[in-house]
Amino acid sequence: MTFLGMPAGGGNLTGEPFPKAAKNTLANAQMRRNLAKATGTIRTKRANVVAELPDWADLRAAGAAIKDEVLANLDDYLVRFEEALTSRGTHVHWARDADEANRIITGLVQATGTREVIKVKSMATVEIGLNEALADVGVHAVETDLAELIVQLGNDKSSHILVPAIHRNRSEIREVFRREMPGVDPDLTDDPPALAEAAREHLRRKFLTVDVAISGANFGVAETGALVVVESEGNGRMCLTLPRTLISVVGIEKLVPTWQDLEVFLQLLPRSSTGERMNPYTSVWTGPTEGQTSHVVLVDNGRTATLADPDGRAALRCIRCSACLNSCPVYERTGGHAYGSTYPGPIGAVLSPQLTGVDKNPTLPFASSLCGVCYDVCPVAIDIPSMLVHLRERVTESKRTTPESTAMRAMAWAMSDARRWRRLIRLGKFGRVASRHVPLPGWTTARDLPQPPKETFRDWWESR
Amino acid sequence: MSARDEVLARVRRAKGPRDPAPVPRDYRAAGTRGPGDLDLFAERLRDYRALVRIVNADQVAETIAAALRDRGARRVVAAPGTPAEWTELSYPAGIFESRVPLGGDPREAEPTGTPDAASGPEVIRIPVDVDTLERTDAVVTACHVAIAETGTIVLDHDAADQGPRALTLVPDYHLVVVRADQVVAGVPDAVAALAGVRTQTWISGGSATSDIELERVEGVHGPRTLEVVIVR
Repeated sequence: MTFLGMPAGGGNLTGEPFPKAAKNTLANAQMRRNLAKATGTIRTKRANVVAELPDWADLRAAGAAIKDEVLANLDDYLVRFEEALTSRGTHVHWARDADEANRIITGLVQATGTREVIKVKSMATVEIGLNEALADVGVHAVETDLAELIVQLGNDKSSHILVPAIHRNRSEIREVFRREMPGVDPDLTDDPPALAEAAREHLRRKFLTVDVAISGANFGVAETGALVVVESEGNGRMCLTLPRTLISVVGIEKLVPTWQDLEVFLQLLPRSSTGERMNPYTSVWTGPTEGQTSHVVLVDNGRTATLADPDGRAALRCIRCSACLNSCPVYERTGGHAYGSTYPGPIGAVLSPQLTGVDKNPTLPFASSLCGVCYDVCPVAIDIPSMLVHLRERVTESKRTTPESTAMRAMAWAMSDARRWRRLIRLGKFGRVASRHVPLPGWTTARDLPQPPKETFRDWWESR
Repeated sequence: MSARDEVLARVRRAKGPRDPAPVPRDYRAAGTRGPGDLDLFAERLRDYRALVRIVNADQVAETIAAALRDRGARRVVAAPGTPAEWTELSYPAGIFESRVPLGGDPREAEPTGTPDAASGPEVIRIPVDVDTLERTDAVVTACHVAIAETGTIVLDHDAADQGPRALTLVPDYHLVVVRADQVVAGVPDAVAALAGVRTQTWISGGSATSDIELERVEGVHGPRTLEVVIVR
């Protein structure tokens, strides 16, 4: 069931059920060590730089409110954004879902005649499965973000929003490079600067020669048509600057109303994501720059279905910082692969089921202990725990009959009539015997079923 | 129905009331914190392992010459609109007075003189293509605004003294001159100063990555060394 009948999104948003997938990842001790180390490092860094700002709570409140304003008037902002883009000469395309977005983008790429594109890290393109769609038409997409490159070369899957290869440690990365990177030094060490240098060498020629780039965007400014990419390595700058054709894939919720609003998000995002006062590079461009041809593809893919749920739509405030992943005790142990979606962790557990419809991701809202740390660290104050509880309700509603719902209905029937109830609780005395012999699958594997008392309260009252 | 109309129709059906709570802007706003603190700015830059030199206005040319000499740079590109005196001590001959960045005649990219140890590095005023930049050791530019609290320098790529984007991206060393009056306190001050600037790059230290075990490593695809000359 999608909410209020709004069409759901497709692409890489579903996988194995969480309990099954988590069993596999929990068994991987190496991965759990890597994750504990990496998330521990980033949690400390984040806490330090957040504590530096006396107005963090005010920025957070403003960030949440700006995003709510965008969502409340999204149609107006989208139209304004489109006008601003087209007036400067950017070509704007709209996609209802992942398939349509892929058709548009592969068409644009094929029209240039290139066999290869370079990519800035972009969650939206992973979500829609763009690399696979490009491969189907014979175009190779080169990931240029270091972590995405590690994932791509290792034939692996992303496990984190910000650092897709977070589940890999330095020696595993060295092995991937030695195995898969053409012409790499066989004596490559696992020293991180040496690994970064190897990636620089590997990608340099691509940056200087490949003529089509694909990016996402962290923000789009409705007022001016400016697009913003926030990054660290400079691969983003390379892709945005050197190729003659630039295609930017933008989820429709990525807008902010005005240029001024970035004064909030350019403080919230870097401190929440990499735990830095500012990320090394942020690129802003307004319309095609320096003779480029520029396309923007606006993607729905389940975002309007998410918007339709008043208790779930705040998930669309997300600026993909990944602070909730880094803080989550469940994520730290299961890793991102267990979530089966492009968006793992707490935000994935509320976003993925809404984008796809809860029937496609019924286990994700339960992949949490509801401890609430994700809400505390969220820079746009998404109340993930409450949303998880709400989505659990939706999952239960969407499944018409479960053993639990049958039992509850029977109970309601019995309790709504005094005589029926009296008869039932007398039967309960027999339950004392029965419960020892009738195991309830699932429930009793980890718990004892309480024994009904020898005498019911009513019997005791009457015989008093 | 076109995809555009259908997505917009879905949005109209899905969204809630049009009047959410007004945006509370109780954070430290632009213009409320005075000018940026130069010492804090320098400290933040050094945190990113940028090289920092703080000098007086009459020392800019000799500082740039010294920095380029320390770097061992032989081929240097200066953004076409930078003051000629900035690089006059670096190389007195190779100056082209053109405001046209990339896209000119390749012959113009070649400097007029031949460098030798005595005359210092070549200074190219109009790099015409990326290959020229790839063979360049250093680039010298001005900036539009800088942020003390975050150690950030912002370039306006439509300004001739900052040049097109490739200029400060491809060479491995970027020297940027920041005037004291360009340093603001916080991010909101910079955003205010950048209203209407179409193409920007915000730079906070050299190229870096945190992709291996979430530890910061300097030097990936952008310039690996950032040198900042702050003019008091």
